[in-house]
Amino acid sequence: SSELFTLTYGALVTQLCKDYENDEDVNKQLDKIQLPHFFPRGYNIGVRLIEDFLARSNVGRCHDFRETADVIAKVAFKMYLGITPSITNWSPAGDEFSLILENNPLVDFVELPDNHSTLIYSNLLCGVLRGALEMVQMAVEAKFVQDTLKGDGVTEIRMRFIRRIEDNLPAGEE
Amino acid sequence: MADPALFEFLHTEMVAELWAQDPDPGPGGQKTSLLVLEGMGFRVGQALGERLPREMLAFREELDVLKFLCKDLWVAVFHKQMDSLRTNHQGTYVLQDNSFPLLVRMASGLQYLEEAPKFLAFTCGLLRGTLSTLGVKSLVTASVAALPACKFQVVIQKP
Repeated sequence: SSELFTLTYGALVTQLCKDYENDEDVNKQLDKIQLPHFFPRGYNIGVRLIEDFLARSNVGRCHDFRETADVIAKVAFKMYLGITPSITNWSPAGDEFSLILENNPLVDFVELPDNHSTLIYSNLLCGVLRGALEMVQMAVEAKFVQDTLKGDGVTEIRMRFIRRIEDNLPAGEE
Repeated sequence: MADPALFEFLHTEMVAELWAQDPDPGPGGQKTSLLVLEGMGFRVGQALGERLPREMLAFREELDVLKFLCKDLWVAVFHKQMDSLRTNHQGTYVLQDNSFPLLVRMASGLQYLEEAPKFLAFTCGLLRGTLSTLGVKSLVTASVAALPACKFQVVIQKP
């Protein structure tokens, strides 16, 4: 049953690639496929996933980005994908780190054809991370900097803290 | 292993993705979207059919294959068994799920009834794809009278 998600995600990526070939110049398509499609969709999933996560995990508010990194790697990834990425490469300021995924379940059974070498296959994950963290008032950037599908030794997601999102009080309620 | 919630969220986004491409689809447009979803389900079903444990895979009869869908496939995908299986013994089967997981979060009753078909197309394909891997050609349709119960009708295509 663990394969259902992986296979379904594969079918979706395949379909998106197909859809784009219908009406887009192939070269243009390879660039575009990464951002407009996967990010918003992953983002939407993240926005809803965070509620599921907070309800099931009993994790409280994180006080700094290091704590956030721990929760993401050890609790959230474990809960949803059954893996625990390692956390490395902290920036001196503590506002950037990397998640190293040794075995990314999304890419089981996947081989990237040559003509899709710029496709960031697992990009959905970045959208999920961004959407989920935004709901707990953290604006972050998440992106793949290494990918085993492209021949890298490991898969690495770089996480960068941009800013804390202030609560918007309705006008006149301060 | 991936948590079931992930599949549910992804499935919702897949439905939304296809509708977003064509915000105001005519009758033909919606049909195409349903076909695309069904097609994705078919591919997933095909692959699952190859991977699920099939000890008793000397299926002697058509009925065994259908039971396999109701038990093993449904448990693998939705973590529960199908609630009932009926047949007219002429190649038509009705599989009923009284609380279909992809509809459970939507409503209980008639609200959103019009939206329900989009959330069934993928699963119809899933059943058809699994059957196809098991060597059975079929047509699968779904109907909902009141959420979250739904019926999948499988019509076996005789060679």
